[in-house]
Amino acid sequence: MKSWNDLQYAKQRILSHRQIANGAYILSFKRNFGFKAGQVIGLGINKEIAPRLYSIASAEKADMVDILYAEKSGGELSPALPLFREGDEILVSEPFGTFTQYSDDAVYVAAGTGIAPFMSRILSEKGNTPTLIHGVSYPEYFYYSDFLTEKLGRNYIQCCSRCPNDDYFQGRVTSFLKQWKNLDTTKKYYLCGSAEMVVDTRDVLISHGVPFANINAEIYF
Amino acid sequence: MIKPPLFGLTLLQLTELVLAEDLPKFTAKQIADWLYKKDIESIDQMTNLSLDARRKLSDKYRIGLVKPKKVAASADGTKKYLFTTESLKFVEAAYIPDADRATLCVSSQVGCKMGCLFCMTGKQGFQGNLSAGEIVNQLRSIPEWQGITNIVYMGMGEPFDNLDNVLASLEILTSDWGMAMSPRRITVSTIGVKPAMITFLEHSQCHLAVSLHTPFDDERRALMPIQNVYPIQEVVDEIRNYDFSGQRRVSFEYIMFDGVNDTPRHVKELTRLLSNLNCRVNLIRFHPIPDSPLRGSSDDKILAFRDALTSKGIFTTIRASRGEDIQAACGLLSTKELLNQKK
Repeated sequence: MKSWNDLQYAKQRILSHRQIANGAYILSFKRNFGFKAGQVIGLGINKEIAPRLYSIASAEKADMVDILYAEKSGGELSPALPLFREGDEILVSEPFGTFTQYSDDAVYVAAGTGIAPFMSRILSEKGNTPTLIHGVSYPEYFYYSDFLTEKLGRNYIQCCSRCPNDDYFQGRVTSFLKQWKNLDTTKKYYLCGSAEMVVDTRDVLISHGVPFANINAEIYF
Repeated sequence: MIKPPLFGLTLLQLTELVLAEDLPKFTAKQIADWLYKKDIESIDQMTNLSLDARRKLSDKYRIGLVKPKKVAASADGTKKYLFTTESLKFVEAAYIPDADRATLCVSSQVGCKMGCLFCMTGKQGFQGNLSAGEIVNQLRSIPEWQGITNIVYMGMGEPFDNLDNVLASLEILTSDWGMAMSPRRITVSTIGVKPAMITFLEHSQCHLAVSLHTPFDDERRALMPIQNVYPIQEVVDEIRNYDFSGQRRVSFEYIMFDGVNDTPRHVKELTRLLSNLNCRVNLIRFHPIPDSPLRGSSDDKILAFRDALTSKGIFTTIRASRGEDIQAACGLLSTKELLNQKK
């Protein structure tokens, strides 16, 4: 879907590439551009292969840019990306996108690696006292959970659809939202995940009385 | 294992195929003739191919045409065809006859990943891309195919999220070796996937339609998440780099939502956004979908909106609503079938 034909891009040397869970990685390189929390960049191997877009997960002023991604079997880039090592070069586009709004008391709802733009906002101190609802399939995918537990306390809500214990809400974020007694229809809701997750979550919020104008979503395209 | 289909291959792909089978290169053109200009159902009917060629092809390939699984006919002549894809999913095509034309609205994907608030297809999630053959099949496999004058890529899916297959399908539809339609009879609609739109504008002469729906950034973001990635202002700015003063057209689709995007404020901002651009705005009545917070604007409001835009010098039309008695909103029929399949 994407091509490089209207993107400015540059080669970046990978400074760190860590596997943090089964099939999930954080790739880092030096930050030599400015960006707004919530923006995306295109990553690619070369100009012949279309870039894939990833949300930046690190803080606006951090020295390194972190990209949180999940390994995928399809496409040309996704299967190749985990093979890259520290010191390898990768094509990186300029940051773009406008999923950059924030407000105090916002509610972030993320699925899987959809937590990335919200991590960037939280690390960049954008907006006070956000609530983060993170949905995953297994506990190992609660990325950054130690930091988030400390930072957000009770405002960090973990939903796990296939967890065998009661440490988390058992079920998807939509199931959580359906029974959430603290759902405040006046707050701003920011969603990030697959199309299905975003559409389902938006439907639940609207059915609970949240005006659609208060819902802003980023979809994995 | 199911043999791969020939239908949907471009002349270049057919040429590679026949050369790999040690058949003469001209056989590719002959096959394309049979596939895209004639009415056959089996490789054996390609009677100007040698017996050896037909046997070789039949051993490895099938024609690959798929007849519609269902059809819903409206009192106004509109028909909705439901097709089963190779992956056993469902897509829709709408046949819309008119006095002097017959338009076919085709799908490019099963489901969609764009998540627009007003769209039924988006509620299915994304299930896959259609191949070029599956796109062209929606034309070739309906009884009215030889009378179709216009094609619009406005069915299920975002065409520019499946650009390679959409471009291949356009090549088949418009090439002399294919179905030889004029590109001026084909419109591809996008929500504004800018990089793919640029590629399309540089590789195809077909018309472009852009789903606009509101000129305001925050409002469009709530209606269409793509606004977070490719804001409409940037999309329009890009379109200004291309020439639409000749036969090629760009239009902007604008579904009218009551109290949301139908005010004088919207007229003013639309006028600013589209100023000095050779384009048309096409106002569309909203076909309600279940549980939607959106309601369609009244006919009076739509007429007033058209008149206001026209008075500002923007060529504005109102699309006639068709097929309202057969679940006209795109995605309703296939969603119903999908739910039946899951039972």
